[in-house]
Amino acid sequence: MTDTSSRLPATAGNPAGDPPGLESSKAEKGRRKKYDPREVGLAFLFLAPSLAVFVTFFYLPFFKLIGWGTYQSERNGASYKSVGTKQYKHLLVDSVVHRQGDFWSGLVHSFQFVLLTVPAGLVLGLLLAVAAHRRLKGIRLFQAIFSSTLATSVAVASVIFFFLFNPSVGLVHVTWVEDKRWSLFAAALPSIWQNLGLAFVIVLAGLQAVPDEVLEASRLDGYGPIRRLTRIIIPLISPVLLFLTVILVVFGFQAFAQIDVVTGGGPAGSSETLVFKIFRLNQDYGAGAVLSIGLFFVTLIVTALQFGLLDRRVHYDN
Amino acid sequence: MASVTFEGVSKRYGEVTAVDHLDLAITDGEFMVLLGPSGCGKTTALRMIAGLEDISDGKLLLGDEVVNDVDPSRRDISMVFQSYALYPHMTVQRNIESPLLVRKYEADGPGTPLRKLTSAERGERVAEAARVLDLEPYLKRKPAALSGGQRQRVALARAFVGRPKAFLMDEPLSNLDAKLRAQTRIELVDLHKRVGTTIVYVTHDQVEAMTMATRVAVMSTGKLQQVGTPQAVYNQPANTFVAQFIGTPPMNCLSATIAADGASISLADGNLPLPADLQTPVTPGQAVIVGVRPEHLEVDPAGSVEVQVRAVEWLGHECLISANAGDQPLIVRQVGMALDEAGSSLRLSAAPGDVHLFDPETTVRIP
Repeated sequence: MTDTSSRLPATAGNPAGDPPGLESSKAEKGRRKKYDPREVGLAFLFLAPSLAVFVTFFYLPFFKLIGWGTYQSERNGASYKSVGTKQYKHLLVDSVVHRQGDFWSGLVHSFQFVLLTVPAGLVLGLLLAVAAHRRLKGIRLFQAIFSSTLATSVAVASVIFFFLFNPSVGLVHVTWVEDKRWSLFAAALPSIWQNLGLAFVIVLAGLQAVPDEVLEASRLDGYGPIRRLTRIIIPLISPVLLFLTVILVVFGFQAFAQIDVVTGGGPAGSSETLVFKIFRLNQDYGAGAVLSIGLFFVTLIVTALQFGLLDRRVHYDN
Repeated sequence: MASVTFEGVSKRYGEVTAVDHLDLAITDGEFMVLLGPSGCGKTTALRMIAGLEDISDGKLLLGDEVVNDVDPSRRDISMVFQSYALYPHMTVQRNIESPLLVRKYEADGPGTPLRKLTSAERGERVAEAARVLDLEPYLKRKPAALSGGQRQRVALARAFVGRPKAFLMDEPLSNLDAKLRAQTRIELVDLHKRVGTTIVYVTHDQVEAMTMATRVAVMSTGKLQQVGTPQAVYNQPANTFVAQFIGTPPMNCLSATIAADGASISLADGNLPLPADLQTPVTPGQAVIVGVRPEHLEVDPAGSVEVQVRAVEWLGHECLISANAGDQPLIVRQVGMALDEAGSSLRLSAAPGDVHLFDPETTVRIP
């Protein structure tokens, strides 16, 4: 047999006979592992400032928090004793397994809050952005109005809704804040209002990137407004929608001021989300730290799930 | 299939008139090219046919129906855009199938009730379009994985698959390289012959217009300058704009007067013969613009016009001689290599049939 490998250098390192592109990508991967130590050092040097900030303000407090969770409060926070992971098991694991306790009820309310605020804000923001994305006289005024909710602070928005729905002095005579079934909804309204503005601004920016000609082509193809929205526009802005969904869910889990101002967590804890529960544990750093770590992992898992489930449906290539 | 008729159509954007009182009848099955420089209103006219621009004045008819207020989705026309406007999130197959998914058709024959196509019918049409446009190997790919030429063919397939009344094309070849453009021109003409549907094609490229059109409509500043076959537009330009827009290099247009004998045209440095059929409408001493195409001027030692050579550009198979007749510049196109160098003088002649006259005031052709 003739030794072809010496005459065909292109396949010499590719005994499997992969297509040339595949071979080169394998070779590229192989090459990537061999970093020049000087380049690695330089990379760390450039990363050092941001690493310092991250370590100081995120990683150190995070690990400190994990440590605090191993201490149990005695005599209403007057002293603490080390209990190892017992407190984590009791406050997190047992709470979830038995579906009771602060973590479980806070988690349920947090999820309810997210479900109330995220889809509503997202859908309303999307529809308003699609409606406002056209060349009409005076449309910038409407765009400014719709995005103004974003420029309003959470506290101000919450106070507005507090006065709107206050049973005594409110403009709208409803008893939502006093009703266990409606209190979380009342607390969610400022968030929906604010999410709407955020979604509007971000979706509008996403719509600017959708080529006009693609939308015009869809009109000529016979797509009506609803089909155009669902089959053309939404897929084309799906990266923006995924980003929005993720951040709105995180905002939902972090919501505090709206609940504090509108319902104060009441009545009878019916609107106490996980963050609100943590706030109420301000005399018990140990338990508060445990719930905070729990909230962190819940947020992490939900975010990872969103990427896992939704990322496949997102179209990145325009 | 349908005819497209503009009856006094205008389009205004505030103070700016993009299309000014356009009267143009495009017959059923015709390949009409709207030709003109940027900003002449050709794309606006095309977009009005599509329904993507409102009409300020006049009537637009598709067949016998006035469609001024008909939504684009109900006009039964398709369009190929300059950027192709493919749906980037859909595969090639889905892109081609797209109009079939949402539109209703007289699928059981002309005059039968409109209905949506079945999956099998859609598949059949997509397969046919893919076969005709040589897209079968790419059906499962997304547009991003295609070359410019392949994307252009997908856009064509999407336009043709629904068998609409008319196809509109907005400079669809402008993003292709020269070789592919030449090849696609031939394919488009071939496709038009096969389907026989009315095509309205917008371009600023006169080569596309001359090679593909059944008729060419030349536009400038929102107004129709001339409409006719490519041969008519080239051989008998209606005015100096058309004369100079069609042809590369453009037609030489020189100020001149009709000689005292009434049978020739006086230039600064010589005379050109006046065609017999033009001798009646002009009078001796009348100021005119005389037009002669560079390829119709011949270097001839016995020629009646003397010019001073300014520069000679050799292009391989031909050369362009830039010269001055008096103080008026002109270009001569000569096959092969010109021996004359800058600064030398040349004598030129032109056949009487190749000489055009235009009115210097109106720039309109005489007669």
